[in-house]
Amino acid sequence: MRPELKNFKGFTLKNVPKEDWLAPGHRACQGCGTVLPIKLALKVLGPNTIVASPTGCMEIISSPFPFTSWKVPWIHIAFENAASVASGVEVALKALRKRGKISAKQKINVVVFAGDGATVDIGLQFLSGALERGHDFVYICLDNEAYMNTGVQRSGSTPYGAHTTTSPAGKVIKGQVTWKKNTPAIAAAHNIPYVATASPAFYLDFMNKVKKASLINGPAYIHVFSPCPTGWGSEGAITILLSRLVVETRIFPLYEIIDGKYILNRKIDQPKPVEEYLKLQRRFRHLTPEQIEYIQKRVNEEYERLVKLCECFSPSEEE
Amino acid sequence: MGKRVAKEVSIAVADAVAQCRVDVIAAYPITPQTHIVEHLSELVNNGELDAEFVTVESEHAALSVCIGASATGVRTFTSTAAQGLLFMYECLFIASALRLPIVMVVANRSVSAPISIWNDHGDIMTMRDAGWIQTFSENGQEAVDLVYHAYRVAEKAMLPVAVNLDGFIVTHVVEPIELLDQELVDRYIPPYRPKYKLDPKNPITVGAIGVPEIYTEARKALDVALENSYRTIVQAWKDFEKISGRKYQPVETYRMEDAEVGMVIMGSLTETAMNAVDKLREEGKKVGLLRFRLWRPFPYRDFLRAIGKVKSLVVVDRALSHGSTGGPVGIEIRSALYQSNKRPKIVNFVAGLAGRDVTVEDFIEMFEKGYTYMTKKAPFFYEIYGVKE
Repeated sequence: MRPELKNFKGFTLKNVPKEDWLAPGHRACQGCGTVLPIKLALKVLGPNTIVASPTGCMEIISSPFPFTSWKVPWIHIAFENAASVASGVEVALKALRKRGKISAKQKINVVVFAGDGATVDIGLQFLSGALERGHDFVYICLDNEAYMNTGVQRSGSTPYGAHTTTSPAGKVIKGQVTWKKNTPAIAAAHNIPYVATASPAFYLDFMNKVKKASLINGPAYIHVFSPCPTGWGSEGAITILLSRLVVETRIFPLYEIIDGKYILNRKIDQPKPVEEYLKLQRRFRHLTPEQIEYIQKRVNEEYERLVKLCECFSPSEEE
Repeated sequence: MGKRVAKEVSIAVADAVAQCRVDVIAAYPITPQTHIVEHLSELVNNGELDAEFVTVESEHAALSVCIGASATGVRTFTSTAAQGLLFMYECLFIASALRLPIVMVVANRSVSAPISIWNDHGDIMTMRDAGWIQTFSENGQEAVDLVYHAYRVAEKAMLPVAVNLDGFIVTHVVEPIELLDQELVDRYIPPYRPKYKLDPKNPITVGAIGVPEIYTEARKALDVALENSYRTIVQAWKDFEKISGRKYQPVETYRMEDAEVGMVIMGSLTETAMNAVDKLREEGKKVGLLRFRLWRPFPYRDFLRAIGKVKSLVVVDRALSHGSTGGPVGIEIRSALYQSNKRPKIVNFVAGLAGRDVTVEDFIEMFEKGYTYMTKKAPFFYEIYGVKE
């Protein structure tokens, strides 16, 4: 067990911080599954936090000058480089601390909230650089599985079969032809101390992961499932339901990788069929039974693979 | 006074950056900038410079790291050239509009294709419109002095500064160079106290979305800041003269008094062109030379004053602006003159691309063209000099 997590105590319903650091009145859509994790994460991180965001929905909805929803220092530069900007903030804090300009005791969290396009596609090189260099920061990818801000174009994180405006359900090609890129695995391949997946339906689990990520020295990566009613053609009211179903169908398992040790946070012994999750979203309505069968098969395989990793590389007894 | 020592210019430039007590350096290797950042890495790893050196994975990240660090309130440095500058292009415009005093040394190099590592101004001329203060050096001593100057100006004007020196021709030569005593540097560049920074004690939002109602005003603010920086730049050179004895001004002239044909040039070719001026003067020809040390903001008044009563101006560009009406400097000068009452004939050459040698004889030939077109218009907008047919 990492020494930073020795005295770690998880959140319960009783001790969730009341203060919010993302102000209401922002312009997110109803049922936005991206803004919710940001709000929860900031509750955990508190006011001693500096946030870097890439271009994307969250930048648009939160900062139309002269308004801002950010009650913590926040910086947006461009689409691909939030990890580099956060690197700059982190080293600057280090320099200021060395020179006694901020007290050694004052812990300031450096956090990135980025969409999937900014993380898994255009920003992957920048993320890789920052993870490899070992900056002490938390990178939270809010994965709504397409470029929503520009009007629902496919990304490397769009699931197989999904209709987007650049992977339309056509007469010949029916939606996204590739499987979702496994970005947490890419992050883990950098041998960083902490990688996790999370879903807003399991909000205490998510908040605990943010807490651990902030406590651990060095880079931490959290990949958060983030439903987008506008892009997915789902009702705003079922964002949480979808966030739960995606875990219960084994499509998006919840796990942590701490120092290379795998922990499956939620073992799904009796999975629901993937169709239960797919049928609630217009982006999947064109899927043929064969396509659904393929998805089911591949989801099972990927889950089994993860279970094996968790068995092979589990934390030792004393941990 | 500091001691004069023979040093490779890149090493001296890096030493000057270190003397400015930079907090964060982020850079990615690209020829011919490498010796600068290699030496800075050495200084950091030997414990001679207390700075964070971020070994980024690209130039885009280099400037992004500098932006993040500068916004957090520390002094930053990066350096690049050619393709590296083009790769960080997007962030150039953001650094200036966010008013971040980042200092960047550009070891000027031609842009690809064809790929070439040699010197011209094709890289830096692409960032004419990026809102940065831009200065050009002629030799190593000047490059070093412009680095000190850059930090003083950047932090006072709240604008990023690009200091240019010609790749190889300046970066890789050994010159006698005098670095300022540390005590003088500390007086010239006091500790950085940013007006705004990312600080949890006083949270601010940086890089907000500019709706149509505010974008124009935001850009106007940058435009005004750049224009106003002129006074800061000139004052900083005056202050520099007091501590170093070395005098700098936005436009440098050589034998321009009474000149009838003038030449406009930038960077290290100047010294060769001076020899051409001397030769022609010996023959009784009234020729002179002027060089832009300051390129952005464009020193309009200094330029008009410097050209005196020339009948023609030979403008030697080190870059192309394909499909346009001149080289970047030629275009700028024609535009500037049109706002004035002076109407010298313009003979615009593009020369010395990608390290192609430009000799004294070449300059003499260009001056002669200046005489040819002293009374009649040149039949071309610009001519690429010395093309092998």
